Amino acid sequence: MIKGLFKIIEEGFFRLIMFLSTCIIVFALFLIVYSILKKGIPSLSLEMLTQTPKGGFYFGKEGGILNAIIGSLYLSTGATFLALIISLPVALYMNVYLFSRKKIVNAVRFLLDLLWGIPSIVYGAFGFTIMILLGMKTSLLAGIIVITLLIIPIMVRAMDEGFKTVPLGLTESAASLGATKYEIAFKVFIRQCLPFVITALLLSFGRAIGDAASVLFTAGFTDRIPTSLTQQTATLPLSIFFQLSSPIPEVKNRAYAAAVVLTFIVLLISILSRILSGTYKKSSIKF
Amino acid sequence: MISLDRHIKNRISEVWMLIWLSFIIIMPALIGAGLYFKSSLLLKDKSLTDLLTSREWKPLSGKFGFYPFILSSLWVTVLSLVIAGPVCLLSAIHLTQYAKKAVLKIMRPVIDILAGIPSVIYGVWGVIVIVPFIARHSATLLGKQISGYSILAGSIVLSIMIIPFILNIMLEVFKSIPDELQEASLSLGASKWQTIKYVLIKKAFPGIISAMGLGLSRAFGETIAVLMVVGNVVKIPRGVLQPGYPLPALIANNYGEMLSIPMYDSALMFAALVLFFIVLVFNLASRILIVRFEKRI
Repeated sequence: MIKGLFKIIEEGFFRLIMFLSTCIIVFALFLIVYSILKKGIPSLSLEMLTQTPKGGFYFGKEGGILNAIIGSLYLSTGATFLALIISLPVALYMNVYLFSRKKIVNAVRFLLDLLWGIPSIVYGAFGFTIMILLGMKTSLLAGIIVITLLIIPIMVRAMDEGFKTVPLGLTESAASLGATKYEIAFKVFIRQCLPFVITALLLSFGRAIGDAASVLFTAGFTDRIPTSLTQQTATLPLSIFFQLSSPIPEVKNRAYAAAVVLTFIVLLISILSRILSGTYKKSSIKF
Repeated sequence: MISLDRHIKNRISEVWMLIWLSFIIIMPALIGAGLYFKSSLLLKDKSLTDLLTSREWKPLSGKFGFYPFILSSLWVTVLSLVIAGPVCLLSAIHLTQYAKKAVLKIMRPVIDILAGIPSVIYGVWGVIVIVPFIARHSATLLGKQISGYSILAGSIVLSIMIIPFILNIMLEVFKSIPDELQEASLSLGASKWQTIKYVLIKKAFPGIISAMGLGLSRAFGETIAVLMVVGNVVKIPRGVLQPGYPLPALIANNYGEMLSIPMYDSALMFAALVLFFIVLVFNLASRILIVRFEKRI
């Protein structure tokens, strides 16, 4: 009798803390977004979004973070594009050409997961050694290359997850009609998995724009908007980081406002990828 | 204009794909070799054990002891796992066993957004919420005022960052366990909770461990967020409320002056190499464990 009662209490207790754990996770997200918005929105102004830093910006004088916003967009767009050129062929090769060699494909997947686990600061340090080796200076181009290396594993794995779902029948019908593997890859797989490809792109873009540790070494920092690939560039995460470490309250407030901008961009990407992948899913062939 | 023959096109694309695939395959070796190449200057001078166990960090006089940094890293990561691990495990059981399907549907975007928030934002959050919170409560609890920039602050921020990562893997693990196992247990008269405790968790144990291992290695390499809240004092930490100075923070904080002091850049690249190696080993072990687990089911 006592034992039975204990059993019920035990289950009830664990159900309660399990429920609470889930609540903690949801609560943490809301707390983060809420506190960033609450701190940052009062300091957000049009001036901040449309101007580059003026003289004395880092002492609380006027100016904005346009250099960092544009710099980050350049950097992430460049890196996402470059990564696409590399990742798409690899993901297609794994699923179309290596179709019958599951062992090799699984080994590559394993390797990509390992690469994905390597911290971004290590990529940054590696990029730095390569730069020294080639005699390159910190620049937009160096930043783009390092970010590209960083997001390739993410992009390939995300596309691969999509390509995996292509039904065998579809590949077989295309092959039986005489399609080459190239045609199967680019005319069947890409069309069928367009939502996954788009999600992969947006996911990588989000990672690229938010990463700070890898560009610390490679992209430099400047108050001007870069006009060529060999110039240094500011990035949003680093701009937040530098401004927050300032002792001056006005500068700190601007860091909070910049954090709102970055959070907004990231949330926007997340929502966009959900909407887009939903819309394009309708056009794929179902079996 | 001669149009390319279809089969030539096919060949070209195959070669292009193969080039990039091989590039990706040699990437880890390339990273390891690059970092080793830069740190070999330091390794020529001092022995590996000396570097890893020496406590003295005086770059200006050429003394590079990484012990305080490695220890700080361990404190921060292990503590963050202690916080995040149970929360993830309990939540994963709740979401896969008890909660309605709709709840899991709501949780998906929550997990995705948590995973997508940039690390610098977590850092800002730590600075405006966690650090003042610790500073306020330490005064009433310990009776002395501290700044709040501490190992504890670092691990709290870190634990939230690794939650989506661990939770995602655990959800996969629990979902991959066949229903028959549970049905057998339930039909023998075990309650739902008993089934979870004695069947589900036992079966999922390797998966749970590897999820934790992957979370640990993710936490180990996290840089900016930790750097912003952990205090960055070169000292061997003696408690969770003291400041620490983890390895990634060391690398990120000193990139500016590293070229002006001899051997300094080599030392920082050595730190990156150590980080790379530790993360790789943890990742490798966890991934192998999870692959084995998937095969057994």
